[in-house]
Amino acid sequence: MFSLVAFIPRAVQQGVPLLLGSTGETITEKSGNLNLGIPGVMYVGAISGVIGSFFYEQSAGAAGLNGFLAVFIPLLCSLVGSLLMGLLYCFLTVTLRSNQNVTGLAMTTFGIGFGNFFGGSLIKLAGADVPSISLSATSAYFSKTLPFASSTGWVGKLLFSYGFLAYVSIIIALVAAYVLKKTRVGLQLRAVGEDPATADAAGINVTRYKYVSTCLGCMIAGLGGLYYVMDYACGVWSNDAFGDRGWLAIALVIFTIWRPDIGILSSILFGGLYILYLYLPSGTHTEYKELYKMIPYVVTLVVLVITSMRSKRENQPPKSLGTNYFREER
Amino acid sequence: MTDSKVKEPLYHIVKRDDISAKKAWRIRITAILAALVVCAVVTMVCTGDNPISIFATIFKGAFGTQRKTWITLQYASILLIISLALTPAFKMQFWNIGGEGQVLMGGLASAACMITLDGKLPGAVVIILMIITSVLAGAIWGVIPALFKAKWNTNETLSTLMMNYIATQLVAYFTIVWEVPKGSGKIGIINQNSNTGWLPALGNKYLLSIIVAVLITVGMYIYLKYTKHGYEIAVVGESQNTARYVGISVEKVIIRTMLLSGAICGLAGLLLVGGINHTITTTISDGQGFTGVMVSWLAKFNPIGMIFTSLLIVFMDRGASEISTAFELNQSFADILTGIILFFIIGCEFFIRYRIRSAKKSKKGVA
Repeated sequence: MFSLVAFIPRAVQQGVPLLLGSTGETITEKSGNLNLGIPGVMYVGAISGVIGSFFYEQSAGAAGLNGFLAVFIPLLCSLVGSLLMGLLYCFLTVTLRSNQNVTGLAMTTFGIGFGNFFGGSLIKLAGADVPSISLSATSAYFSKTLPFASSTGWVGKLLFSYGFLAYVSIIIALVAAYVLKKTRVGLQLRAVGEDPATADAAGINVTRYKYVSTCLGCMIAGLGGLYYVMDYACGVWSNDAFGDRGWLAIALVIFTIWRPDIGILSSILFGGLYILYLYLPSGTHTEYKELYKMIPYVVTLVVLVITSMRSKRENQPPKSLGTNYFREER
Repeated sequence: MTDSKVKEPLYHIVKRDDISAKKAWRIRITAILAALVVCAVVTMVCTGDNPISIFATIFKGAFGTQRKTWITLQYASILLIISLALTPAFKMQFWNIGGEGQVLMGGLASAACMITLDGKLPGAVVIILMIITSVLAGAIWGVIPALFKAKWNTNETLSTLMMNYIATQLVAYFTIVWEVPKGSGKIGIINQNSNTGWLPALGNKYLLSIIVAVLITVGMYIYLKYTKHGYEIAVVGESQNTARYVGISVEKVIIRTMLLSGAICGLAGLLLVGGINHTITTTISDGQGFTGVMVSWLAKFNPIGMIFTSLLIVFMDRGASEISTAFELNQSFADILTGIILFFIIGCEFFIRYRIRSAKKSKKGVA
């Protein structure tokens, strides 16, 4: 009944949005910004891509799609949408020095509302004569697997059966891990997150680092939303379907102790936990499924408590996380 | 910020020493007005209607009929109670975003009493048990993250967040256990015939929550401003080291405050289940645990100010859903408008705390 070869690809598909979200949030947090708006950003990233591809499909017709444009337009729209959210967050918290928690929560309210509103009203607003948003043509390009996926048996199913964004997410995570750990830019970014005053004294432009890392983080997280709707959900938008994955992505940052390379395997693990309830036996008692759905959150909580109990120095959050920097207030 | 070594910056930012309450409110009201203008523009783009009729629709949605006015006030009082519950925790810099879960647990406890004790105990006893268990359930849900925080300094933002989802799944579990009829996936109105555990209506059915909200507002104002506990919360919020130095047990304050915070959230759950909806669903608190964070912060943790901020949020929310009904748009339109208003109010705090001086003026003024 339970087949690992069938389970792992599904766990990976669940894990990719989490990985992109948590990589983005890690980069953001390294600059000292705790962006609780990530769930909203991921919704905006998803719906922006949907809007872009909706209009492209409408104008070109499903048959006349150009493969490159069908991928490029949603990708660009998604990146621009989440970039704007990132700029908004930075403007409010870095330039106007607002409270990061409140700004983030407001962005989540706004972002989820934005996604659900356009997801529900796009057809009416655009005056199109289709019953629901179903971008199967675009989605086909996004979920195109590697050519030798079906011919290589279980190896192909485990390793090659994903859309290109899944591989992009792993590359982004590896690059982010490398940049954060090994390069000068990464060192300076970490310095900003640990102690902005010292970084400032050393001649690092704190404001620029905070802006760039937060916006970049938002764009990466937005791709997670795009992957979800275009690849996992086959181009069908349904309101609230993305659910609480954004919050799980934020929790994953702690789980991975701020290291994107650890994030690759942990996000797959979390993806597995997220759908584990489908595989656990519950017999006629469907109510147990609801208890199984609790598992990822309980695991996160336990990990959170354990890391704080051990309180090893290298596993701690960036020291200035959640606080804004104002040079004159040193 | 923008200065370099050679160029004189065009402006620089100075912290205001002190700002009169009147001036601060003038800035806030300007921001809200600006936000309303932006909201009107956004609505115009989406609906093609003119701004005056848009605002008329918003107002009609919130206060159009007597019944709508009562419902608006009732919603505002529930939001107010939740915001008040979160406030003491925020004041000591404990970011409790688990209001959602604490409300759900309170609601679950009262629903459990209503379902399991119907017909076994007299109605009054059931109600008393509901009050006790829901307050207790909320308090327990609030104190678990507090214990972690006090003992191991666990990040409370994330632990309270996770507790929300655990509570949601618990409610989902019991929804299926108690579902009526079997297989429907929902509980429906509990005790529709016997009305066991339905909180008594005072005057009309909306008044009870409003009265509770007023009582808690006054109580919280006094608690924070005039009691020893309130003072200790303020000291811990300003600096934990100072608090330790003067002999306040920070751990004790954190645990005690979160017990209170969770208990009041539990009470809100009781009102939602026993007083208003007479049923329980996983979405019964409807994101108000999160909205409460913003209501509380916008009012600068002042209980009296929260009356206005919670009314503003509920007013916009109900108005925007009237717009979405009128123009057959998606209900999430309300979230977009609320988000825009929040961004403006969040941003305007900067102009209350700081002043921007242009370079020319400052030379004369400062040097």
